[in-house]
Amino acid sequence: MQSLTIEGELTVFTAAYQKTLLLAFLNTGDELEINLSKVSEIDTAGLQLLISIRREAAQSGKALSFTMHCKRRLATPELPRFTQAFGEQAAFSHNEE
Amino acid sequence: MNLDKDMQEALLTFITESCELLQDMETGLLELENEENPETVNAIFRAAHTIKGSAGLFGLEHIVRFTHVVESVLDALRGGNLAVSTELVAALLPCCDYLNSLVRDVADGKLEEDQNIADSGKPLLAALQPYLKTPAATETGVVYRDHAERVETIAGNAIGSGNWLLFLQFNENCLRDGMDPLAFISYLATVGEIVDITTFSHAMPDAGNMDPESNYLGFEVILKSEAAKESIESVFDFIRDGSLIHILPLENRIPYYVELISSLTEDNAQLGELLLNSGVITRRELEEGLNAQQAQAEAQQLPARIGEILVDRRVVQQPLVNAALDKQKEIQNNKIRENQAIHVDADRLDKLIDLVGELVISTASASLLAMQARNTALQEVNAEIISLVEEVRDSALQLRMVPIGTTFSRFQRVVRDVSKELGKDIKLVISGAETEVDKSVVEKIGDPLLHLVRNAMDHGIERAERRTERGKPAQGTLRLNAYHSSGNIVIEVSDDGSGLDRDKIFTKAVERGLVQPGTVLNDQELYALIFEPGFSTAEQVSKLSGRGVGLDVVKRNITALRGVIHIDSAPDQGTIMSIHLPLTLAIIDGFLAGVGDASYVIPLDRVVECVELPVDDSRDYMELRGEVLPFIRLRQLFRKNDSASRRQNVIVVEHLDLKAGLVVDRLMGELQTVIKPLGKLFSHVQGVDGSTILGSGEVALIIDVPTLLRQMVFPGNAL
Repeated sequence: MQSLTIEGELTVFTAAYQKTLLLAFLNTGDELEINLSKVSEIDTAGLQLLISIRREAAQSGKALSFTMHCKRRLATPELPRFTQAFGEQAAFSHNEE
Repeated sequence: MNLDKDMQEALLTFITESCELLQDMETGLLELENEENPETVNAIFRAAHTIKGSAGLFGLEHIVRFTHVVESVLDALRGGNLAVSTELVAALLPCCDYLNSLVRDVADGKLEEDQNIADSGKPLLAALQPYLKTPAATETGVVYRDHAERVETIAGNAIGSGNWLLFLQFNENCLRDGMDPLAFISYLATVGEIVDITTFSHAMPDAGNMDPESNYLGFEVILKSEAAKESIESVFDFIRDGSLIHILPLENRIPYYVELISSLTEDNAQLGELLLNSGVITRRELEEGLNAQQAQAEAQQLPARIGEILVDRRVVQQPLVNAALDKQKEIQNNKIRENQAIHVDADRLDKLIDLVGELVISTASASLLAMQARNTALQEVNAEIISLVEEVRDSALQLRMVPIGTTFSRFQRVVRDVSKELGKDIKLVISGAETEVDKSVVEKIGDPLLHLVRNAMDHGIERAERRTERGKPAQGTLRLNAYHSSGNIVIEVSDDGSGLDRDKIFTKAVERGLVQPGTVLNDQELYALIFEPGFSTAEQVSKLSGRGVGLDVVKRNITALRGVIHIDSAPDQGTIMSIHLPLTLAIIDGFLAGVGDASYVIPLDRVVECVELPVDDSRDYMELRGEVLPFIRLRQLFRKNDSASRRQNVIVVEHLDLKAGLVVDRLMGELQTVIKPLGKLFSHVQGVDGSTILGSGEVALIIDVPTLLRQMVFPGNAL
C-alpha cells in the first residue's frame, strides 16, 4: 500500500503543481491511499483535482482510497456546510474513524 | 354543520356546478373511449379538480378525499403516464356516478359522510388503485445528460424537505478569475438551507489532459428556501456570465406550483405573467425569454411560443407551463362564459313568464275596450303595445329554451351501459342536438326517452348473429333526432332493428282482450296497442324491459306534456318512434270560438281552416272537397242545452293523420293565451288542456285536439 499525504492548500493556486504530484503517485503502485489530513484549505479546483485522480485510478484499475482524519482543517472558512457534509458522508472514501 | 344563508346559496351553486361538471366528465370519458384527445383529458381533469377544490371550500371532506384519488388517476393520464383504456374508462365512470350521488346527498342536506355510502365507494377506489402506480420518480422535468457521470453525492438531510433544484455549471474560467463555485454554493446558505449537493464531472477531460485551473464541475443543489426565486438567483449575479444557472422548482414541488398557478386570480391572461406571479420564474428570465422570442421574430423565423422558450432555456419545467396554459385557457373560457351566460333561478324566470302572461291578457282586454270606445288613437297605441308585448313574450319564452342536446348526450352513457348488459354492439347517433325546447319539457322528457331507448335496444335491435344473417351490419344503430315542425318539437328515437311484428302484436292484443279477434286495424292503430298498459311481446323478460311496464308510462308522460307518440315501422328495417311535443307549456297561440255563451280556445297550430256548416245537416260528417270530414259537435260534447245558432261553423282541425271538424256557433279569431292548468279536481277530464282568462274577464277552456281526435277514432274511452 502506497500512501501520499497532501500538505498545505489544495486550491487553484496549487492545483497545477499538486496534479503532477498526484499523477506521479498514481504510478507508484496498485493499492494507493491519499491522506488529506494535512490539507489546510480546499476549493473547487482542489475538489475537481481529487475527482479527476480518482477517476483516473478507477480507469486504470487501481484501488485508491482517501483518508481524511482532520475534518476541521479541511473545512475552509467559506464552506462550513459543504465540508461538514463532506466529512460526515465520507464522500470520497468510507473511512470510518 | 350549520351553514349561514350565504353559504347555503353558495352551496346550491356548488351542487349545480358539480352536477354539470360530472356530466362533462362523463361525456368526456365516453369521448375518450372513442378517441384519445389531450384536450378531453384536460377537460376531465379540470372538472375533477374544480369539484375537489369547491368541495374543500365547504368542508366536504369525503368528497375531497374521493375526488382526490380520481384526480390523481386523471393527472397520470394527463401527464401521459397512463394510457386511455376501456378498463380505465369503465373504472372511472362509476366514480362519476358515485360522486354524483355524494353531491345529491349534499343537496339533500347530508353534509357529513354516511358510512354505508362510504363503503360503497371503497370498491371504486380499489378499482382505481392499479392506475395509481405510476412509474417511480416521474421524470417530467429536466433530464441530465449522463447519469453515470453523477459522481459524488454529498447528502445531508432527506431530500424531501427541499423545494428548489439548482443546476449550476459555472464558466470554465471562473477559477482563474478568482471565483470559487463552492464559495457561491456556500453563500446559498444565506437564502436557504442546502439539503443535498451532487457534483457532476462529465465535462472534465481525463486526468492527463485536464487543466487544473479550469472549472469543469457542475453541481446540482437541492435547496430549502422560503426566499423568492429572485433572491436565490441574485446569489449568482457575479458569476452568471458564461455560466449555466438553472433554478427550478423541485419535482415534488411541481404540484404545489401547479395548484398555485391554477388558483391565481389574474385578469391578465399572459402566460409569462402567470408564471411570474406564481414565482416559478423571475422577471429577468421572462424578459430574456421574451427577448429571445423577439429575436426569433426579427430573424424572420417562426417564433417559438414563450412557454416553449422558457422550457427550452430550462427556466421552468413543462408541467408548470402546462398548468399556466390551462389556467390561461380557463381564464379565457370564463370570460367567454361570463359574456355568454348567467345562471338564473328557474323560479324567477317562471315568475317573469307568469307576469308576461298576465300582461298578454291585460293588453287583450285593453284593446277590446279601445275597440268598444271607437277611439282610433287609443287603438293605434294599443296595437303598438300589443306588438311590443308579443316581442317581450317571445323573448321571455326564449329564455326558457334550452337545446335538447344535453338530454341527448346523457344517452351516450345509457346506450353504452345497456349494450354491455345486453351483450349487443350498439352505437348511438345523435342529430338535431341544437334544437331548442322549453326547459320544463326537457326536464320531463328524460324518463320517457329512457324507456324508449331501452326498449329499442332490447326489443328492436337484434343480436349480432341475427343481424349478419339478415345482411345488416353487425353493429346496431340507435338514433336520437330532434327537429321543429309547426309549433312542435319532434323527437325521434329510431333503430335499425327488426321492426314491430304486426302479427305478434295482434295476437298478444287479442290474448289480453285489448281487441276483438278478426278486427281490422291499420298500422297506426295496431302500433298504438303497444302503449296499452300491461302489453309486452318480449318472449324473454330481461332485466331491462319485457315486463310490460314502461311503454304505457311513456305514453302517459307524453300525454301529460300535451304530446303524442307516432310509430313508423318496417319489418327488418327498424322502427321510428316520434314524440311530438309543444314547444312550450306556458303560452299558446289559439283560435277563439264560441258555443252558446261559452268560449273555447283551440290551439292554432291544430287549426287547418274554417268553413260554414251546411244548413240543415243533421249528419255527423260533411263533404269537404271530395273528402269525408267527420264532426265533433262541441255543444253535444260539453252537454250544453241551449239551442244552436242558426248559422254554425266548422273548424277543421288535424293532428298527425287524423282530421275532423269541430262544430261551433261563432268564430272569434286568433289570440295569444296563457294556459292556466285546471285544478286538481279536474285533472281526470280528457279533451281539455287547461283554461285561460280572456280580455273580457271570461274563462275559456282550451281544447285538447289530439285527445278529442283519438276519442273520435277509438270511441271506447268515453269522455
